[in-house]
Parts: sequence; structure tokens; C-alpha cells
Amino acid sequence: MNADFIPVIPRGVRLHFDRVRDIWVLLAPERTINLDPIGLAILNEVDGARSVSEIANDLAARYSAPVDHITTDMHEFLTGLMNRRIMEARP
Amino acid sequence: MTVQTAAAKAGTLVRPNPPIAMLAELTHRCPLSCPYCSNPLELTKRDAELPTEVWVDVFKQAADLGVLQLHLSGGEPASRRDLVDLVKGARDAGLYTNLITSAIGLTKRRLTELDDAGLDHVQLSLQGTDADMADRIGGYRGGFARKMQAAQWIVEAGFPLTLNAVVHRQNLHQLPRAIEMAVEMKARRIEVAIVQFHGWAMENRAAMMPTREQAAEAGRIVAEARTRLKGQLVLDYVPADYHSDYPKRCMGGWGTTGLNVTPEGKVLPCHAAETIPHLTFDNVRDKPLSEIWYQGAAFQAYRGEDWMQEPCRSCDRRKLDFGGCRCQAMAIAGDPAATDPVCIKSPLHARMEALANEFASDEAATLTYRVGP
Repeated sequence: MNADFIPVIPRGVRLHFDRVRDIWVLLAPERTINLDPIGLAILNEVDGARSVSEIANDLAARYSAPVDHITTDMHEFLTGLMNRRIMEARP
Repeated sequence: MTVQTAAAKAGTLVRPNPPIAMLAELTHRCPLSCPYCSNPLELTKRDAELPTEVWVDVFKQAADLGVLQLHLSGGEPASRRDLVDLVKGARDAGLYTNLITSAIGLTKRRLTELDDAGLDHVQLSLQGTDADMADRIGGYRGGFARKMQAAQWIVEAGFPLTLNAVVHRQNLHQLPRAIEMAVEMKARRIEVAIVQFHGWAMENRAAMMPTREQAAEAGRIVAEARTRLKGQLVLDYVPADYHSDYPKRCMGGWGTTGLNVTPEGKVLPCHAAETIPHLTFDNVRDKPLSEIWYQGAAFQAYRGEDWMQEPCRSCDRRKLDFGGCRCQAMAIAGDPAATDPVCIKSPLHARMEALANEFASDEAATLTYRVGP
């Protein structure tokens, strides 16, 4: 389940700052996902090049947080998006 | 009036949240004649349609108001020659732009132009899973072949694709194949909608009403496919309305989430709102969209709960489904403030069941096709 992969934001999905509600959202077909600071921090790192573990290490260093905790958060968040076809994985 | 009662009264007219979605019905023109078309029976003619610059201004106003998702619909939006400019205007305004189309009128070149203009997503309608069915339901010979060709171009261009299958008594047996087709076409989503009886579909209840068994089977097929295709294909499902025990959460609540703009610029709380005779609708040519959303009489009419009657008024479900569909209450109960007659708590629920069974067993009924504007 926690096998490493490279997350990619697919075409037709984009980050958008909602200036009316003053929040970041992820826009996707027929879906708008309001992002909390953690979700936004994760998505800002998704560049289609680095894997979950690489991003988790970077975030752990930046926020002085345990890497296991961040990895679990990331898997949960990204898997949820993947099940809704809002995120893709490159092996 | 004391301060307290004034506040209590004001409290029932809470300023609504900004809308999230807007459906722009760019035109009522369409090469197809689907008998379940959601357009009104009285269609808008071409010369009354809003021109490009007015639409683009409406898109900007919508984005300023808080709309994030724009659905370009019709009729067939590709019947508008300025479709590419409209998409560009929508994207420049910052809107997530979805094209709802039959694909008739989309050429490979036009899709490239739409891609360059920034179109985010394409939702392709499916009338049937083979030419015999699709062309008969769409009332357009050769339409299925053209649609399949366009679908290939859409996917090749890289657009994310949703297939939109409207199903009813005549084509429900094709639902498993429709889901298979969505997978084969590499669609990310399929919307399976059992026909909702508004607009032209109201004229076709006897020809299209699914049987109770069909409605239940459709639910099982969708549930099975959701499990089997998890992570591969997302299935959205609109169940058979007349055969349900509780009403749909229509529009996510009247005047809470979305708005529709008609080809001539009237702003509606939902597709079918014009069937409620006492409502009056503002036009984007006359008033700012923001004023229409926040103060327009049609939007205010069924916001909140003050308009509700029993059994809705004291029902726990009122916060879940807001009493259901106002247009259906109008159509069946003759009163838009009545409980949606689908609801088992409605005194008309038995009548609704009887209607559903009567229509579903009318084997002699023939289709009444939509006509052009």
C-alpha cells in the first residue's frame, strides 16, 4: 500500500486560488476540493518528478516533522485523490 | 417592530453563500432531437441569443461573484460559431471550463483551437451504445458514427473526458456496455443519469419511464462497477426519481450552489425553474449577476426554510434534501412549495408510484422528439 510512487497532477486538474472565499482549491471535472494547509503544502510539491518519499523527506526537513507521519498523511491524501481520478501515479 | 423580531426576521433571510457553478446554455440550437432534452418546450431562437461580448462579460461577473466551475451547454454549444472565443473568455476570467457536448460539430481542427483556448474538460453525451439506438434516440442518422470519431479526437487531443449516459426504459439494457465504452475510451468519469422528467422528457414519460425492476438493476450495475473500477473510472449516478422513496437534493439546494443562464440571458435557479408560473427571472442584460444572485426574486423564493409546508417544515430530512425539487412539486402537486411528491411522506407519494407504474407499462407509447428553436 505504501509503495513509493511519483505523483502527477493530471491534465484537467489544477490548483486555483479562490479570491472570493480566500482559500486554495483543487479544480477538477465536476469537483472542487477545498484545500487545508497540509493538502496545499503537499500539492505544491507535486512536480511529476519527485516520489512521495522524496517529497516527504523534503517536507520533514522543512517543517522539522517526523517523516513517517508526513508519509502517512501523503499516502492517505494522494490515494484519496487517485481513487477519484484527480491524481495519477508514475511508478 | 422590536429590534429582536426584526433580527429574527432578518435571520431567516441570511445572505447566501456565493455560487460555485454556472451552467451557460449558450444556445438552444442542436443537431440532435433527444426526447429527454432538458431545454424548455419554448426554445429561444438564434437571433435572441446573447452575443459573444455579453457572454464573456457574464463569465467575468461570475468569477467575481465566486463561481469556479463553468459548464458550457446548450442545446449544442458547438453550434455557436464563437465557441472558441467563449472558452478563451471563460479561461481568461479564471473559470474551470467544461464543455457539455454531443460532439456533433466538433472537428479535429476545432478541438485543437479549443485546446489552445484552454478548455479544461469535455463531457460527451451518449444516447445509446450502438448506432441503431443512439441515432434513433438522438433523432439524427449518422450521429453515433460522428460522435465516436469525435470522441477519439477528444482523447487524442488529451482532454480529460466524462461520458454522460442518459438512460431510460428504451436503452437501460445497454448500461453495462456504456460503462465498458467509457473504460475503452479512457474516460475518467461516467455520469449515469436515469432520465429526469423535466423539459421535453415530461412529454415522454410514457415512452421513457423505467420499470421499477430496471431502476433497481441500474443501481446494482453502478454499485458493482464502482467497486470493480475503483481508481480507474469514477461513476456518478442519478437514480430513477419517480421510483425513489426520498427526493433528490435538487441543485444542492435552491439558490445555494449554482445558477443557469439561458441563451437569451435569463438567470434561473435551475433548468426547469421557468415551469413555475409565478416566478419572474432577471436578465443579465438588465442587472449585474451579483444583484440577481443575492437579491433576485426567483432566487430568494425558495431559499432557507420559511417557504416550507408540512410535512417538510418539521421533518429532520429538510436539511438533507430541502424538500426536494420545486419544479416537480409544481408539476405533480400543482404547488411549488409542496413536498416533492417523490417523498414517502408526501400525501401524493402513492399517486407518484401509480404514475410511475402506469407510464412504465405503457408499451404502445412512442417518442415525442424535441424540435428546433
